[in-house]
This record gives sequence, structure tokens and C-alpha cells, in this order.
Amino acid sequence: MTNKEELKPEIALPLAQTPLIHLALELKARLTSFGGWEMPVQFTGIGHEHQAVRTAAGMFDISHMGKFVLRGKEVISQLQYLVPSDLSRLQPGQAQYSVLLNSQAGIIDDIIFYYQNQYANGEQQGVLIVNAATTSKDKAWLLQHLNPEQVELRDLSREKVLIAVQGPKASAALQTLVQEDLTQLKPFGHLEATVLGQKSFIARTGYTGEDGFEVMVEPEVGVELWQSLLKAGVVPCGLGARDTLRLEAAMALYGQDIDETTTPLEAGLSWLVHLDTKGNFIGRDILEQQKGAGVSRRLVGLQMQGRNIARHGYQVLSEGKVVGEVTSGTLSPTLGYPVALAYVPTQLSQLGQQLEVEIRGKTYPAVVVKRPFYRSKNRPAN
Amino acid sequence: MTLEYPDDLKYLDSHEYVRLDGEIATIGISAFAVDQLGDIVFLELPEVGDAVTKEESFGSVESVKAVEDLNSPVTGTVIERNEAMVESPEQLAEDPYGEGWLLKVRLNDSSELDDALSADEYRTQVEGE
Repeated sequence: MTNKEELKPEIALPLAQTPLIHLALELKARLTSFGGWEMPVQFTGIGHEHQAVRTAAGMFDISHMGKFVLRGKEVISQLQYLVPSDLSRLQPGQAQYSVLLNSQAGIIDDIIFYYQNQYANGEQQGVLIVNAATTSKDKAWLLQHLNPEQVELRDLSREKVLIAVQGPKASAALQTLVQEDLTQLKPFGHLEATVLGQKSFIARTGYTGEDGFEVMVEPEVGVELWQSLLKAGVVPCGLGARDTLRLEAAMALYGQDIDETTTPLEAGLSWLVHLDTKGNFIGRDILEQQKGAGVSRRLVGLQMQGRNIARHGYQVLSEGKVVGEVTSGTLSPTLGYPVALAYVPTQLSQLGQQLEVEIRGKTYPAVVVKRPFYRSKNRPAN
Repeated sequence: MTLEYPDDLKYLDSHEYVRLDGEIATIGISAFAVDQLGDIVFLELPEVGDAVTKEESFGSVESVKAVEDLNSPVTGTVIERNEAMVESPEQLAEDPYGEGWLLKVRLNDSSELDDALSADEYRTQVEGE
């Protein structure tokens, strides 16, 4: 066999490790490089880990993700200028998934902004979680655009551990280690909570399409939290299962499905674009044009009509002519058939549209289907 | 996990094995390859009657995360392919040297295997990787 495609893009630079790497090594996890980090790709097997999150509970070390705390008099109003979403609607304790845009409305990164508090002196504080590989790029962008007199940025990326606990039994497993009542948290809700006796940050968010939580803690608490969850039967999961889970839920992966050449309207993220309720922001004019004229291409969900798996970079064809490209694809462990995300011309993006994907020199039929491919029945109501 | 490399097989450094029985070669992939791939989800094999060529790709094996080419250790004609594995590729992991074989090929020239690795040579290679 010769390697054609693997989750192993670069090995030249020394890789960063999270404070939990020794726990993954103890469990004999297989490691891979991802966004400059040495990360577990699988522990017991992607299928088993995937299934655990869909039916019970799994946990992921996501400490590689970028973590910024923003504090100051103008956090919301300043950040408003960098994203297409209307952050002024947020109350403390609520969060918004959004994107940082460049002047062409290309996506610099996808982010979650957790609005934590407005203090008596008028200062606001929030947490911004960003992708691992884009952390330094995002930080430079934020520092360039946020007025330091009005917004102070603290980079906690290397200081904190982030653990995602996901699945229908995540709430029960995590609750035993947390003082506050987690059932009170709505999806995207978050709070400062006491985890194993330490003040920590918990959000009801995740990247799996299941109910779940993301917990930001000090490294020593992170180690104890991981071990306690392991004892409680929560299945350790790697980036492999994280990818199949997020793809079934049709959540975009930065650098693959979205990047600086794609706009949120093309990427099917129009629900993040609030042109009517907010003022000027970077990229607004391009989004207005795209909204007026319509986008020329769209990111769609594809279901393969056989067992051949469409993968990142494969060409999409219509009547024998190349029309687009697959951005992500896998065999869906839950559904049992291959699914993919692909950019195709808008006129070929309707549900039910028949297309083809070229796989190792042959073309195979695919059909445009609704996203997400899989929707959990276990998620709490908003 | 201790991986097995049966002594009666020849191996390629690209992780295919071949079992020679007269002029019939049975081709599969090693336990090491199966372990490295993880969950195998798809197998693409040539049809019966197709020709395969030494050192050329005859198909592919896919796990959830990776696609890899399968290289033929020999030149010859496919006389049988393992339909059970095509149907249920995930079962390949259970018995890669037995039930998990992939192709049976009628050889043109058995001396083609002279440069293939012995079990010991292959073990040294992969365990040193």
C-alpha cells in the first residue's frame, strides 16, 4: 500500500503538546499532527468512539484550540465590527457562533464568542474560542482591529485545558464533578462553575451534533477531570471521531470547508449574517452584493449513491464536466453510507440534484441532500 | 497488541502479503497494515479475469480516515476475489491472513517473489518504523 491521504499534513516543525498528552499516551492513543499540535487521532477506534458519543458519552482533549479573554468597556461594540453576526443581542451567559471576516468577506476563522459578564463599572468580559492552526493569525487580526484602550486581550491558549464531554449521557457524567446544576444551561449557555472544587468555565457547546459541554480548566484540574470522567465510563475520543461526528452534523471544518476564499453566504452560514440588524462591519459590502445578486456557488451536502467514499479534494462533475470540489467526506458511521460536503454552482445546488464525484479515475453518482446528514434526537431545546 | 507475521508468507514493504501455492498466489494485507489503518470501511478490488502487474496498484483499501493503494506483489490473472470482504470490509481486521484474504492470482512467473521480504525481514522493517 502507498499512502494517498492521511491526517498527517506536516511533520517538519516540532509539534506542540497539550497538558493532557501523557494521559493519551497512557491509553496508547494513536497520535497525529494537526494544526501544529501532536494530538490523539484515535484511542479504541474511530467507529467505537463515534458510537459512544452518539449513544452514551465521549470526551475529547481540545486544549489545542485558541482561547482569548476579552475585557473592557467596548468588547461587544468593537468585536461587532469583525463579525457579520449581531452580538448586541447577546445577554451575559449567552454565546454566538460566528466568523471573523476579511475585507472580501472571506472567512479568517470560525469562532465562538461567549459573553460572560457586564460588570458594575461598565466593563464587559467574554471568551473567544478559535481554531488551533489559526490562533496566532486570529490574535494578530484582533490586536490590529480592537482598540487596546477599550478592549484588553488576554491569550490563555497555552495556559488552560479544554475538554469536550459530548453525548446523551455527557450531562449526567459531568454533573457529578460540578457544583452547579448543569440542567439549567441551555445550548450555547455557559457559566463560571466549580469543577472539582476549582472555579472553571463550562459551556453547553460542542462539535459533534450531540448534547454536550466544553469545560475550560487549569491544567492540573484538567488531568483530574479527564481521569474522573474516564472512571465514570466516558469514552476517550480522538480527532478521527471528532471529524466523523462533526461531518454527520454538517459542521464546517476550518481550512477544509471554509477558508479565506469562501464567504459565509457561500458556505451555508447565512444564519450568521445579520445585515438588517447591525451596522458596518468588515466584509459587509461584499456580503450585501452577494445577497443582492446571489452567490455563484454554494456548499452542499452530498450523499453518495454507492459505497465509494468522496474525500477532500475530489472533483465534482455534472454531465461529465467538472463543476466543483469535495471539501470533506467520509463514510458516515451512523448512517452507513458515504456523505460529503462540496462546493457546486448555485444552479446545481438544489436538493435532489444528481451529480458525480471522481474517485480514483472513475465517476460515481451522488445526490444533493439536506444538511445536516444526521440530527440527534437527544439535544435539549434552545 | 502483538501482531503476527506468519512464516509461510512473503511480504512487501508496502504491507501486502502473498501466500504461494503452486502457481496460485493469495494476496492480502498484513496485520500491521490493518492495525495502522484502523476501522476499514471500503475495499476496491479488480474483477475476476483482470490482469494485475507486479508493483502496480490493483485496488484500494479505505479506513475512516485514509485511502491507500493496494500494490500487487506479482504479475498474473485474478482467478478469485474475496466477495465477503468486499461486502463487509470491516471483517478484514478479524483474520487478515485467513478469512480476510483479498485476491487469488494465477502467476506468470513465481521467481517474481524472490525479492519479497521474509516474515523476519518484514517484522524488522515495520517494528523499526
